[in-house]
Parts: sequence; C-alpha cells; structure tokens
Amino acid sequence: MTQEIRFLLNEKEIHTTESSGTAVLDYLRTNQRLTGTKEGCREGDCGACTVLVGELINNRVFYKSANSCLMPLGELHGKHLVTIEGLNMENLSPIQQAVVDKGATQCGFCTPGIVVSLTGYAMECTSHLTKEGFKKMLGGHLCRCTGYRSLKQGFDMIKEHIDTATGVKTLIEKGIIPEYFKDIPARLNNISGKQYKKVTSAPEFFISGGTDLYVQKGDILPDSLISLLNAHSEMKHIVCENGLLRIGALTTFEAFSNHPEVMKAIPGIQEYISLVASMQIRNRATVGGNIVNASPIADVTILLLAMESTLILKQGSDTRSLPISSFYKGYKKLDKAPSEILSEIVFPVPAPGTKINWEKVSKRKYLDVASVNSAIKVREDGGVIRDIHITMGGVAEIPLFLKNTCDYLRGKQITKNTIEGAFPILQHEISPISDIRGSSCYKRLLARQLIIAHFTKLFPGTIKVKDFYESH
Amino acid sequence: MNRIDAAAHTRGESLFLDDMPLPSGMLYASVFSSPVMHGNIIRLQLQEARLAKGVVAVLSSKDIPGINQIGSIIQDEELLAQNKVNYIGQPVAVVVAESQRAARNAAKIILAEIEELPAVTDPKEAFEKGYIIDAPRTFTLGDVDSLWQKCDLVVEGSCDTGGQEHVYLETQRARAVPLEGNNIRIYSSTQSPSAVQHHAAKVLGLSSHNVEVEVKRIGGGFGGKEDQATPWACMAALAAWITQRPVELVLQRGEDMRMTGKRHPYKSDFKMGVTKEGVILGYEVKHYQNSGAVADLSTAVLERTMLHSTNCYYMPNVRIFGVCCKTNLPPNTAFRGFGAPQGMFAIESAITKVAEKLNMPREEIQAKNLLAANNAFPYGQTAGNCSIRTVWEKVETKYTLQKIRKRALSFNKSHFETKKGVAVMPICFGISFTTTYMNQASALVHVFTDGSVSVSTGGVEMGQGLTTNITAIAAKALGINHNRIKVEATNTTRIANMSPSAASATTLLNGNALLLAVNQIIGRLKSLLAQELSISDKEKISIANEKIFCNAHDTGWTWEQLIHAAHQKRINLSAHGFFATPKIWFDKMKEKGSPFAYHVYGAAVIEVTLDCLRGVYTIDSVKIVHDLGRPINETVDRAQIEGGLAQGLGWMALEDLRFNDKGQLLSRDLATYKVPDAYFMPDDIEIEFLENEESLPGPYGSKAVGEPPFMYGIGVFFALRDAMRAFMPENDFDFATPLTPERVLLQLCPEYVNYLKCII
Repeated sequence: MTQEIRFLLNEKEIHTTESSGTAVLDYLRTNQRLTGTKEGCREGDCGACTVLVGELINNRVFYKSANSCLMPLGELHGKHLVTIEGLNMENLSPIQQAVVDKGATQCGFCTPGIVVSLTGYAMECTSHLTKEGFKKMLGGHLCRCTGYRSLKQGFDMIKEHIDTATGVKTLIEKGIIPEYFKDIPARLNNISGKQYKKVTSAPEFFISGGTDLYVQKGDILPDSLISLLNAHSEMKHIVCENGLLRIGALTTFEAFSNHPEVMKAIPGIQEYISLVASMQIRNRATVGGNIVNASPIADVTILLLAMESTLILKQGSDTRSLPISSFYKGYKKLDKAPSEILSEIVFPVPAPGTKINWEKVSKRKYLDVASVNSAIKVREDGGVIRDIHITMGGVAEIPLFLKNTCDYLRGKQITKNTIEGAFPILQHEISPISDIRGSSCYKRLLARQLIIAHFTKLFPGTIKVKDFYESH
Repeated sequence: MNRIDAAAHTRGESLFLDDMPLPSGMLYASVFSSPVMHGNIIRLQLQEARLAKGVVAVLSSKDIPGINQIGSIIQDEELLAQNKVNYIGQPVAVVVAESQRAARNAAKIILAEIEELPAVTDPKEAFEKGYIIDAPRTFTLGDVDSLWQKCDLVVEGSCDTGGQEHVYLETQRARAVPLEGNNIRIYSSTQSPSAVQHHAAKVLGLSSHNVEVEVKRIGGGFGGKEDQATPWACMAALAAWITQRPVELVLQRGEDMRMTGKRHPYKSDFKMGVTKEGVILGYEVKHYQNSGAVADLSTAVLERTMLHSTNCYYMPNVRIFGVCCKTNLPPNTAFRGFGAPQGMFAIESAITKVAEKLNMPREEIQAKNLLAANNAFPYGQTAGNCSIRTVWEKVETKYTLQKIRKRALSFNKSHFETKKGVAVMPICFGISFTTTYMNQASALVHVFTDGSVSVSTGGVEMGQGLTTNITAIAAKALGINHNRIKVEATNTTRIANMSPSAASATTLLNGNALLLAVNQIIGRLKSLLAQELSISDKEKISIANEKIFCNAHDTGWTWEQLIHAAHQKRINLSAHGFFATPKIWFDKMKEKGSPFAYHVYGAAVIEVTLDCLRGVYTIDSVKIVHDLGRPINETVDRAQIEGGLAQGLGWMALEDLRFNDKGQLLSRDLATYKVPDAYFMPDDIEIEFLENEESLPGPYGSKAVGEPPFMYGIGVFFALRDAMRAFMPENDFDFATPLTPERVLLQLCPEYVNYLKCII
C-alpha cells in the first residue's frame, strides 16, 4: 500500500500519494500549480526554485533553504514547505520592499527564489544579520539581469527592519512572515507523529541529501524504488569522545562546519566550506553522501581524507570499519556492498601543533567544482616534518592521498629544496585527465602550485612564494 | 518611480509563459536533435517513439504543411532537418505527448541513421575552404597600404575571442493554441513577435493574419530570443496545428544550451601603425566570424563589428575586412553588443600592444586618440557632438585615474605573488538597427471613458524595463498619474510588423511611436477644451497632474471630466502612432553612410587583484562614467548598466564555452558553464551619469542604454593582463578570451609548463 506523505505546504495541510521520489519542484509546479517557484537549471546552480523547509525539533521549527529541484517529495513528510506564495502578505515584506526600492529585479524570473532565500536568512539568523551572511545567501542564486549590486544594496534596508530580530513571533510582528507561521509547530506536531516509511531493504537508490543524485538521475527517480536515508535521525550526530570526532554520515555540510568540535579540530573549516556549493545545497548535502558519491574532486572528502578518517559501514546489524584511504578502488568504485550503508565517519582530533590547510581552485570562486583541490595535515618539530598527510582531488580516478609525496617529505627539513624535491614525485603520483575543469597540464601545474600554497601559507616564516620563482 | 512590475516579481505573481493557467487538453512537445556535427540523414526511426506511452504524434519535416524554412536574413535554415544535419542539436523531429515527461522520454528513443561528413569548427579553416555566408566586406578610410613605412612603430597580432551563452534564466519556450477557422494563437518567449508570426504562418501554409502572437514578458533575452525563439514557437504551432490541441514546448537548460546559438567567437588579425608619441596613423583588421551552421543574424552582426572596429578612436587610415565563416556549430546569433564587442576587443588589443612596445601606460595611448567632435568614422558618419573627451576628463578627475594607477604600482612593488592591474575601457556604440528599414515602430493608445489608458507597442518586456519606460512616457505625455496607464502584452493583432526588441532601440522607437499616438489624442482634447473654455489658442492649454491648465492657470477641469466630455462629444479617444527614425541611411555598395541616430559614449576604470600563485583573481572595482542623455527612469537605466557590465565581465574572464573534438558542447549546463555570481561581481561599482543637453531623438532626450555598458566589461581582460605583466614584465601574453584562471596560470608559469609538456 502506498503510504501518504503528509506535510504542510504554506498554510495548507497536504496528504499525497504521489511518488516520494518526485522532485518537490515538479510537485509544486505540476500538481499544485504554484508557479512562483521557477525552474532555471534543475541542478542547484541557479536557485530560482528555492524553497524553505521547516523541521520540528523540540517544539521549535527550524527553517532551511533548499533547491526544490533536488529534493525528494517524500522527505517533506512531517515538515513545513514554504514557497514564495506562502510568504506573501497583503503588503510587501521589508525584504520584498528592499528588492523593489533598490531596483534589484529586472526580468523577475530569479526574484521569487531570492526573496525566499533572504527570508530564510532572516528566519535562521540567530545573531546580527551581516553583509557576509547576506552575500552567502545570494551566492546560491544566479541573476543574469542585475549584476547583483542592487541586490547587495538591499541589505542595509533589510537590516534596518530586522537586525537582530529572531524568533517567529518577532518576525511576524515586523511583517517579515505571515501570521500563520505561529501555528506551524502545533500543526506539525499533529502530523509528524506518524512515522513515514523506513528504509526499504533493497532499493534501487539510497538518497541522502540528493543534491548530486537528482542532477544525475532526476528523470528516473520518481519511478524508482528509493530509500530516503534522512528517516535515520541517528546518523546525524557529531560527538567528540576519546580523542575521536564521530560524524554521523547524514550530517549536512552546514551542520558539520558550524559544529564547535569541528571548528576546534579544523580551524579554517567555515571558510573552506563557504567555497563548497551554495547555502541551499550545503543545507541538504551530507558528509556521507560526499564520500559515497566518490567524485574524485569531492571537496569535503579531500579534507576528511587528509584528516585520516575511518569509515563505519553498516549492513543490517553487521558493522565494519575501514580507512577512507582504502575505500576507493577506481573511478566511482567503492569497497562497499550495494546494501551497505556508510553510517559514520571518525577521525582523530589533531594533536597539538598540527597545522591544517585546504585549497581549492575553480573557474569561479564560489559554487563551482574545483579544477584541483587539496588538503594538508602536517606536524613539524624544529623545522622537520614529523607527520604529514596531503590529499588532492581532480588529479586521479579517485580522491587521492599523496602517499609517495608524503613519504618523501616526512622527516625532512621544511625548505624550498625539500618541497621542490617533492614535485617530481608528485607529478609521478598523479594522473589528471583533460576535461571541462581544465587540461591535464593545467591540473598538473595546479598540483604543484597548491603544494607551494600549503607550505607558504602554513610556514610563512620559513618559506615564501618568491623562493620558487628565483628567476624573477 | 520604481519599476512597474517589481512588486509582482518579488511576490512570484508575474506570470511567465508556462505559469499561465493551462488550457484543457494541452499536450507537451519535446525535440529530437542531431547527435552529429555534419551528415546526411539516411533514415529516421520514429516508430518506437510513436508507440511509446502517452505519445500522440511524432513529427518530422514531412509533416510540415507549408514551407520548411525559417531563415530570417538568408533562407538557409530548415525548421526540421530534412536530408542533412549541420550541427549537433539541430532539430530533426518533434514528439508530442500527454505529459512533458512522456514527450521527453519518447524523444530519447528516436534513432537517426546518419552518414557522417567531415566537420569544421574553426572560422579561418572554414574561410580557407570557402565555407562562407554572403560575400566578405571591406570598409576603407584613407590608405593604409602606403602608410606603414611612415610610422615610427607598427605592431601586428592576432586575437581570439570566445563565444558566450545567453543564460536567460527562463529557457526558450512557447505555447500554441489552435483557434477556429484556420487560425492559431502562439504565446512565445520571443523578442520578435512578428518574426514568430511570419515564420509560423509560412511553416503552416497560412497568411500572417491567421497567426496571433502574444508576449506578456520574457525571462531574459539578451539577443538570444531575437531570432532563436522562432523555431520553438514554430514547432509548438506545428504540433498544435496537426493535433488540433494546445501544445507547450519548454526547453530544459541542457537542451537550450546545446541547441541554440551563442555570441559569435571571432578570430581577428590586426596591424596598427603609430608615431613615437603613440598617435595612431593607421589600423587594419581582418575579422573571421565563426557564424555557425546557418546565417541567422550573422551578416548583421558582422556589419556591426565592422562599424565598431575603431571604437571611440579617430585614425585617418583604416581598412576593416570581415567575413562570416560557416562552421558546424549551432548558428551563432544576436547577443547584447551584437558584434561590436569583438570589433572593440581587437582594437583594444592593438592599442595595448602599442603601449607595451612604447612602454607607456595604455590609457595614455587611448587618451591621445579619442574622437573629437565632428571626426569621421571609417564608414563616413561624423561623430557629431561626441562626448568621449568629456567622459574621459570626468574619469580622470572624479575617479582620480592617476592615483589609481600609482596605488597599483606601489602595491605591486611591495607584493610579490599578488598583483594589481588597472585598465580603462572607453566605449562608443551606435544606436539604430544598422539595417535601416528596421528602424520603425507603432503604438496604439486607447483612453477609456473612466480616464484609464491602455497602451500597446511593438516592444517586448524582457527585464530591460520597457513597461516602466512606456508607462512613464505615456503618463508624462498625457499629464496624468502613471497608475492610470496599463501597458498591454505585446500582441500582433494590436501592433503589426514589429521590429524585434533589440539594438538598444526599443524605448527610442516605441516610445516615440507612443508620443505620436498620444499627441494625436491630446490635440483632439485640446481642440475640445479650446471650444468648451473659449480659448483662442489651444497651444496655451496643457494637462499636468490630472488637471487642465490654460497659460499655467488651473481651469478647474480634471482629466476624468475632460475624457467624459470628449466621449459625450464623440471625440476619438484612440490613436495609432507610427515612428521611423529620421536621417539614417547606409549605402552597402560604397560601405558608407550615416547608419546611426547617434552614439552612446562612456568609460570604465577596472581594478583587479591577481593571485599569481593560483592564477585566480578578484575584480576589485568598476568605476563608470556613462553618457545617458536625460534618463526617463534612472533606476531602470542604472540596472541596465550594471547588468550589461556583469555580462561583459563574464564574457571576458569567466564564461568558457568548450567543445570536444566531436563538436559536443562540454560546458552544457550551469554546473560547467559559469556565469557571474554575487561574489564574482565587485561590491564596489560606481556609476556617474553624464547628462547632456544635446538634442536627441530619444523620447524626452533619453539615450539608449541596453547594450553599450556590456563593453565596459572588456576592460577586465586588459586589467588582468596589466597585473600579469606586473608579475612578468616584458612578457607578451595571448589576446585570447575568456581569460580564465587556467589561461592566466598557464601563461604565468611557462617554464614549468614546458617541463610538464616534456614529462606528460
């Protein structure tokens, strides 16, 4: 028997038997004819289809922005889906008014999605609204008409109205969201008690965040047997115990980078993660999904590989663990049975004095796939490299741990000559191909440049970029 | 005044084509297109698709009742390929089904047996093989041949400019609804409703009056829907005609990117001769345009390239050669700037080379050669009240150009791997369709008895703010509040024979037509008032703020009262206005004439910071002085400038179209083709308007603003080159675009690149 998906769509309670793999965008535009949500690309790059998804946690609803083109309908069970139609009030909200007053809309196609995202920012923000936070939201949207300056200028106007306003009650008072939001927690309580279907035993597809799967397989997912992993609340934890950080595989990129323990272990994490995808995608994409997706250029995987992570895989009640460095067997080939699920990623809290750096070069700095990315975890003692882990993406069939390069560097003094000595080994160890992200020659060059970047950034007193360009 | 449509946009209530309520029984269409670059169609296998679930019809060229031809300038473009395919993505068959998914799934199972033929993608190779569209053209001024030996310095070089995908956020789409008695209505996301009407009629074997085309708004066009909205509308119409049911055709992003043409890539060879002070004595350039597989608008685009090949500079001896080269890529088409950017890039490259050889700042050479009033362009027209020197002075004083330059120099002295680069990009852009006859427009105005007003023009709202401009012009001309004005959807039954909304001239043409219509009504109303109020000279009467004045004294009459009275007196409250831009002409035999109503001038200073280790960069600021005439709505114009700039920066530095050796587009979606985002664009954008009082043909002295700002973006290439040369002085870098981080880094590390080439 098909199970009903029950959720709140704006003010309305929905019970539907539509396939749970249907993209939320299609459900909105086709079934509900709510056309304020637009399709611009179906791959999370334009943000025109942005919606807010509210989840009830301890009687409070937390709203996050998401690309509705990459989200399975089944995941809405027990949640509150907010579209532009659900934000409209009789008068324009201060956010809508700012867009109007600053002339920040032209053809209008991207505008509803932007308004939804910015409203989500106001709802999510727990401290002062900042220009940078605002820009992070805009980063998930493409506008081909404005050049963004007028949108950015909207910030000051919005901040005048909102600034520190937090909580649904205040936001309603300030005219930012409609009245009906205040009843949402109680209404969600009513429907979320009913459990939606658990993981199917032998699905064709496991879906976690879906942010890559819907790009690749979006046209067949509605007709496929799928299993929505996000029904597993137990795989979203982050705990630090016995010197180990344990990350539930369903932890989203945002949850990962904002967690105090992670921030302590990887000091630059928030800056790194801001260069990965967009806010809407980071709200959905999971750490486990990034690893299992097995893209050779996966940003988070490259970092976790350098952190010497161990993966915990589950199949029924069986559990096994293996180092992430032996998980990848070839292009998109994994040491994983089809029915096995990656449940947890574990890595040691770096020893004191350990330095970490992550580098990414892409055509466009934000919301783009890297040409080459790389992470390093290194500990030196008296200028001598004691422990070193360098990883690199986009240079092989798999996310690559640069074993030979690291072996060479270990035990050596940090000097220009040492690092230059590693380059031939590095070039031997990598095998990039030419593709849309760059020619193989470019990637090889980047590989060298990023190693220089790691060392000059981490040991500025010891070596400088200039040392590598002596002819200048 | 804010934009008329802005509030509805922010509420998601502005309806785009497929947001409109669905007509009952509507079907959906999907297109099967050529998988190869060039070949003879041996056999089309459509049977499986016809039997697929939900499929109602599968149509090929055989099903076309009229003529299978949609070429606009040259008749060389089939709607559906019959015997031969010439590019990947060329439409071959149309599947019509009960749902969008059924149509798309069935299109995937169509097979075509194609005998492949050799393909060409490079314009120079095509030229050498004689694959050209129309005859090459040459513009000449003075005599370059005998000049070179008289110059102190002659530089030569080549440049290679990349194409550009439009990325209108709303992809191509159309909906067609069959009507009674051999009539059909088409809703099309087009910049050119009359082109859709004309071609759909031809394809269906009907007369133009049988086809009604309506456009409420389009989600961006930028030229990409000038000519290339037509095929999809014609296919929807064909499907609706044959099934006798409404049909909607929406391209997915990937289909749109694969099947539609883009900005033309060019290869250009230049030669420039100067005095030792840097005064340009002569310039020769040869442009090889990569036109793609059919003519589309390529010949017109090339013409504008040639007309803008000297940008805003004067030189006494010039020869410009241009040719449209036919290749096996999708037909390249109109895109903001329409060929001018490629022409300007070549001369800016030549000037850069001169500056580098003379060891002078680039802006010094630029400043020395700016057009003066009444200088002649190579095509004969004089520059009239040319404002470029005023613009340049303002750039120097307001933005303290010298300080910016000094700041960059001192930064570069104290930083090794981070370098700043600066460039100034002055522009000159001619306003009018270069095809003279297209400079015409109509407007239809109705005043209803309650005083409300309906305005129709031949212009399409595509985000450029036309509706807002038209509303403002109507309100001002009628002397009434703008909320009394409603601008109607653009519809071929109200306005006939429209020129496309293009060439930055939509407000100029349609706004003037509107004024001519309004003035007829106002004239009639004033005659009535003169009679009613016993005023001898009706010119003493004026209408403002909804009140009627005589010699600036309030007569006590209101607008509503006046209209009521006029209706009672049987005064015609409707009017049709027709405008044709005066005094423009061009003689193609002599390649001389006065093709433009006027020119728009401006200049931008662009600063960048380059990370020479990683090859990545940020655009720090763009500071613009733009000659706007007297703006109708500053918000609208500012938005056009910023948006144009964004696209120009993207074209030069980011947007990278890549094909593999089979001609397949690799940058086929927005994950692989990146356009400017909020971070790529600098936060620091300043715009200073240069108002001028010259008499302009635009409504209320306004100047066109759509395209010119695009070309400010060209400056970022030269700013990046400036930064690259700060890192590697004396080095000569390629004039190849886009200047992506890859191109930058490969050129900054020539030694290691050579080493890599040896070991790979």
